[in-house]
Amino acid sequence: MNSQRAAWWFLAPAVIVLCVFFLVPVIAACGLSLTDLDLYALADIHNLRFVAFDNYWALLHRPLFWAALWHTVYFVAAGVPLSMAVSLCAALLLHSPLVRCKPFFRTALFAPVVTTVVAMAVVWRYLFNTKYGLVNDALGVLGIHPIDWLGDPHWAMPTIILFAVWKNFGYNMVILLAGLQAIPAELYEAARIDGASAWRQFQHVTLPMLTPTLLMVGILTVSGYFQLFAEPYVITEGGPLESTVSVLYLMYDEGFKWWNIGSASAIAFLLFVIMFIVTTCMLRITRETDA
Amino acid sequence: MTPRMAKALINGLLIGGTLVALFPMLWMLSASLMQPGQANALPPPLLPAHATLYNYHALFVHAGMRRYLLNSLLVSGAITLSSLALNLMAGYAFAKLRFAGRETLFKALVGTLAIPAQVAMLPLFLMLKPMGLVNNYGGVIVPAMASAFGIFLVRQYARGIPSELLEAARIDGAGELRIFLHIVVPLLKPIMVTLAIYTFLTAWNDFMWPLIVLTGQEHYTLPLGLASLAREHSTDTELMMAGSVVTVVPVLVLFLALQRYYLEGLLLGSVKG
Repeated sequence: MNSQRAAWWFLAPAVIVLCVFFLVPVIAACGLSLTDLDLYALADIHNLRFVAFDNYWALLHRPLFWAALWHTVYFVAAGVPLSMAVSLCAALLLHSPLVRCKPFFRTALFAPVVTTVVAMAVVWRYLFNTKYGLVNDALGVLGIHPIDWLGDPHWAMPTIILFAVWKNFGYNMVILLAGLQAIPAELYEAARIDGASAWRQFQHVTLPMLTPTLLMVGILTVSGYFQLFAEPYVITEGGPLESTVSVLYLMYDEGFKWWNIGSASAIAFLLFVIMFIVTTCMLRITRETDA
Repeated sequence: MTPRMAKALINGLLIGGTLVALFPMLWMLSASLMQPGQANALPPPLLPAHATLYNYHALFVHAGMRRYLLNSLLVSGAITLSSLALNLMAGYAFAKLRFAGRETLFKALVGTLAIPAQVAMLPLFLMLKPMGLVNNYGGVIVPAMASAFGIFLVRQYARGIPSELLEAARIDGAGELRIFLHIVVPLLKPIMVTLAIYTFLTAWNDFMWPLIVLTGQEHYTLPLGLASLAREHSTDTELMMAGSVVTVVPVLVLFLALQRYYLEGLLLGSVKG
């Protein structure tokens, strides 16, 4: 057996699985989004019609789609910078030579990342309960009136953002910590000899050296946060007043509750296109700063 | 600021941050040991007045938690083993075997990482239905048997295997399968452990796809069972906390036992994707 043929034998199982169960469905989703596949067409395929861009057109005229998109963008635009800031602060603290028991702190801060979203979201629901939740209890000690975290449309999304930050900051923290450790110590030494303060060292050595890592981590976080689903499903069930319905939540309802497969596929594709545009723009910026 | 103050400040901030990170988990554990109704007292208590395992008993005997736990173990275990085998073979082929179109195929593979998995879900569901894989463990396992990210990870690691080693074995007349099993696999052990934990954790914690494809309670994994319990029993705080503990503890223990491998893999996977 020559190595060329052997290579294909090694590749075949994985490539077949990925093609049949991922690539083909993705292409099919593109096709389905141009049809009116729904419950009637599922029952009798003769009811299926090609509707070109009607699904997309209808979505752009649907207030709930724009609301879902706005909620998702809100989650990304507020959640990603907040997550990154917390991750960076934690990484900077851990990187300090003054820290004792560093492995303990690193493990403890990372632990939320490996926990199950659904389980911790259930915990979150009780912690942020208006009456019995410990969060309002703690705020009460500080003299702050109880907040209706999950019942007030203005507070429900911030509660979910807090959850996402708590759950995810450890991931980027570990990557940023590795980035900090890779900065050559001579750079700091040179800065110190020039009399730079700690803040100026951070500004002129740490930040520029860490920028590529920050951007890469940012891109991954943005594309992860666009896929918001389980958190609102468990914590708020999309409410109150649909204030936490995300794009994927809408896709799930449209597709698997109402069986409007054509329209749901169009939602999925629009999300993909939006994510693609945003991450490509961020990648551009990365390339420009690299050059 | 004196060095002493700086040290106190930095360690103090870390202790505070750690408390915030661990508090939800500690409270979950504490509330799971409270007697029914105790968590809904005013002011809300931090510790159980009389610790009890009643909630765990209720979960396993009346709420079907045993079934969910076994389902989760079965599904996550099967995904881990099968995807480990497939990703390992493919990753090795991309790293070390020469074939026409290797670079193009690899680029296409990395390209698929940009597509969110949810785009494929609707057609995949329609496809699996006639195959009898809807509401069947296979519906969760089969599509997860290979992953572009896993192949990428193995390839990055396997590129470090010296080609001379493989050439020498070929000159000695060893077949490609033999070379893979006896030379390559032992060298890939560290990345295998990493990939195994990573895959297991991802499968265990997965929610959206199992929610779609597992339609009957008898096939529910822990996150699905917990989410449906949370909708039915939303006022039984202590019971829900026990359910969360049962869901989270296995992965937390796995992570604590093998965290070195997990964190190494995380860094390897994030290097210039």
